[in-house]
Amino acid sequence: MQTYLKLFQEKAQAASAEVHCCTSKHEALIAILQFLRDENIADCPGSYAVWADDEFRRDLDCEALAAEIPGLHFKVTKELAAQAKVGISQFDWAIADTGTLVVDSSAVDQRLVSSLPPIHVALIQRSKLLPNLATTIGKIGSAHVGYLSMITGPSRTADIERVLTIGVHGPSRLVIFFFDDAEGGAQ
Amino acid sequence: MTTAFKESIKTALENDNLASTLGRFSEAYKVARTKAYEGIDFEALRNTIAEVKSFAASHQEELAEEFARNAEARGAKVFRANSPEAVKDYILNLCKEKAVRTIVKSKSMATEEIHLNASLQEHGIEVTETDLGEWILQLAGQRPSHMVMPAIHMRKEEVADIFSKEIEERLSSDIPRLVKVARAELREKFLAADMGITGANIAVAETGSIVLVTNEGNARLVTTLPKIHVAVVGLEKLVAKSEEIVPILTALPRSATNQLMTSYVSTITGAVPNLDGSPKELHIILMDNRRTEMAEDPKFKQALQCIRCASCLNVCPVFRLVGGHVFGKVYTGGIGTILTAWFDALKQSDEIQSLCIQCGNCSEVCPAKIDIPGLILELRRRLAVEQGQPMVQKAIFAVVNNRRAFHSLLRAASLAQLPFAREGFIRHLPLFLSDLTNSRSLPAVAERPFRDTIKEIKQPKCKEKAAFYAGCLVDFVYPEMGAAVVKILNKAGIEVIFPEKQTCCGAPARYSGAYEVAGQNARDNVDALLEEEVQYVVSACPTCTVALKEEFIHTFESLGQSEPIERARILAAKTFDFSSLVNKLVHDGRLKFKTDQHPGQVTYHDSCHLKRTLHAEKEPRELLTNAGYEITEMFEHDMCCGMGGSYTIKMPEISAPILKRKLNNIKATGAPMVAVDCPGCVMQIRGGLDKDRSPITVEHTAQRILEMLE
Repeated sequence: MQTYLKLFQEKAQAASAEVHCCTSKHEALIAILQFLRDENIADCPGSYAVWADDEFRRDLDCEALAAEIPGLHFKVTKELAAQAKVGISQFDWAIADTGTLVVDSSAVDQRLVSSLPPIHVALIQRSKLLPNLATTIGKIGSAHVGYLSMITGPSRTADIERVLTIGVHGPSRLVIFFFDDAEGGAQ
Repeated sequence: MTTAFKESIKTALENDNLASTLGRFSEAYKVARTKAYEGIDFEALRNTIAEVKSFAASHQEELAEEFARNAEARGAKVFRANSPEAVKDYILNLCKEKAVRTIVKSKSMATEEIHLNASLQEHGIEVTETDLGEWILQLAGQRPSHMVMPAIHMRKEEVADIFSKEIEERLSSDIPRLVKVARAELREKFLAADMGITGANIAVAETGSIVLVTNEGNARLVTTLPKIHVAVVGLEKLVAKSEEIVPILTALPRSATNQLMTSYVSTITGAVPNLDGSPKELHIILMDNRRTEMAEDPKFKQALQCIRCASCLNVCPVFRLVGGHVFGKVYTGGIGTILTAWFDALKQSDEIQSLCIQCGNCSEVCPAKIDIPGLILELRRRLAVEQGQPMVQKAIFAVVNNRRAFHSLLRAASLAQLPFAREGFIRHLPLFLSDLTNSRSLPAVAERPFRDTIKEIKQPKCKEKAAFYAGCLVDFVYPEMGAAVVKILNKAGIEVIFPEKQTCCGAPARYSGAYEVAGQNARDNVDALLEEEVQYVVSACPTCTVALKEEFIHTFESLGQSEPIERARILAAKTFDFSSLVNKLVHDGRLKFKTDQHPGQVTYHDSCHLKRTLHAEKEPRELLTNAGYEITEMFEHDMCCGMGGSYTIKMPEISAPILKRKLNNIKATGAPMVAVDCPGCVMQIRGGLDKDRSPITVEHTAQRILEMLE
């Protein structure tokens, strides 16, 4: 697993993603909140943060968090997402040898938070790392996912004079937080 | 060839920006592609893709039905459209029914193919391309010049002008700023659009899924924000199983943009929820437009294996000079030529197919293993059948096939030089006589052909015999190459005979689509070369070797002649190119190099047919190294020199800049000598260096090693 994480990190960074590793879910939450503060999230258009419904946030006290970080919204609408600076969502799998994140994004909020805001914060359990695309597709197989998203780095283009430019229609930053499964994983 | 076409070539060649952009790109592409494929067995990968897609092409109808069943079970509407009109009518009706006023599109070649935008706009619907390159072109009123990078032909200053006009604000040519402008402008369009239109990179029959691959993220917005999503999918996008997307997604990003994975890959299966919780209205149009017919064509079925990575454009020595506005219609480059012939009309490919120099670079990198040059030859053959062979061509081949008459004519033309060569059909001869002295000097035609001078070489009587196949250039222009081969084989105890009845290898005829002529050449040569029992048939020309080893058989197959094939196979089995045979003789201990020789530094040019058809790139290098030469590799050592047989005569304006690049790469090595295995390349490169008054010498590998052997 450790070698997959290292490989993922290398490949994702090569694709201009930022990768952070947290030893526990709690540590990840603290890191995310700090990240939101650093990005000056506020309750005004252009400065919102929107968090899609996912496992990570389900046992959190969302109301308290929203009170702690004004502008952090847990009910995602198109209007909020379009005016958000940061979108947050959890992923189902990660592919080590390409640095790719994979998620069932049939729920529309998953897609809004990962495509409209300029910064996308992606959460992923370390145990969800898979070696490659073949094992990932094998795992998903006939799971009948309505909208499967595979994301590798931020949005990019090279359409003008082949000059690589980050952040066209999607986010210009993809910030990935890995966290360990068990609470308080590493002491 | 029409004047308009020649004019478009001229304009493209005069566009310095185009040449430098595409030139730099093709150089960078090759390096980045190699890096992207690190650790991947490309041959195995492309065999898998070819297998998957070939199976799909053979089962197109069943897979389409299965796809439709599964997609509909998941809430999509699937419409089967045979013609471009049917696709357009369906979308227009849908727009009318749903009161659609604005549409956002992500990049789709299928919709380009049917000119969908024009028809939507005619009906008052606002349609916006959201891929940055496509949007630039839409605003500029141009068409894509490249399948993956549609606006690669434009400069940032032009883009700045176009955007400035659009937003009524003077913009500088700062690229990140231009991209920000596009983001802001298009974001409004996304949020307001009534309908989203996409293509699909893959369609999976067993799940009814479509797969969309983008880097910008526009396809995610197109498929998420509007309530209606229409996907226009060519039947060739179908694969049977979901695991079959793995090889395609492994190759496509690497070949198209040299990435391990594109930023966004979305797999959509059925109707997913809209913003308001209602199910998305998903319409998938499976478009035929002659794909069924193509699947039934034994030759062209393989073109359906294409995954639209455009690597055939990126490695093409001609594309990088003229770009996609000359080389292609909607689909560009090598594969574009083939697709144009089918999706548009065979006649539409008449001019663009002539751009192909048959170097084979594209077939070497094609991740779907499509024999693009072979299919372009097949187009030529069919065009020739459809349009008939021009009188002048018939006259040419009549002369070419009569070897002695051909030699006399060449000799006369050579002595008379230009005035004679300019007149009448001599100018069109499938060889080196024309008004082409701009880029290189013409060779002098030998006073006596090799078929006569070989008789004067004193050969030992040996048990083992080889038949020498000369081909035009060795026979008439460079008999000294033939002599070197004979002397080397003699040293190995092999006597060389020259079957007198051998004739043209048929390459000029085949490359012109004149297969009947090529077939007669093949028969005559098979008879001539099998007349006397020999162990080997050897040629110092890779193009001729390929003819003897492979093309005779293909020609008979194309003509539906099965009877001569068996003898053609016997000939093929004993045919060798010079370097492969001699290197084998060295390995077998039958030839030895003198020790302690230091002939100096040499650079080696790979001829197209030797490297990519006969796969002999090690052999000549081993020979030269063992002979004591120190090889300094030139940049793009396996890139075509621009000769391409008669190409240099039909397309002198393209051949010349290809040669120029080659000469620059040779000079950059600092080597005083070039070794080549092909007399055509020798003629082209030597002529170019001579014209430049360069002291660098060019010789066939046989000549380079002769004196080094014991």
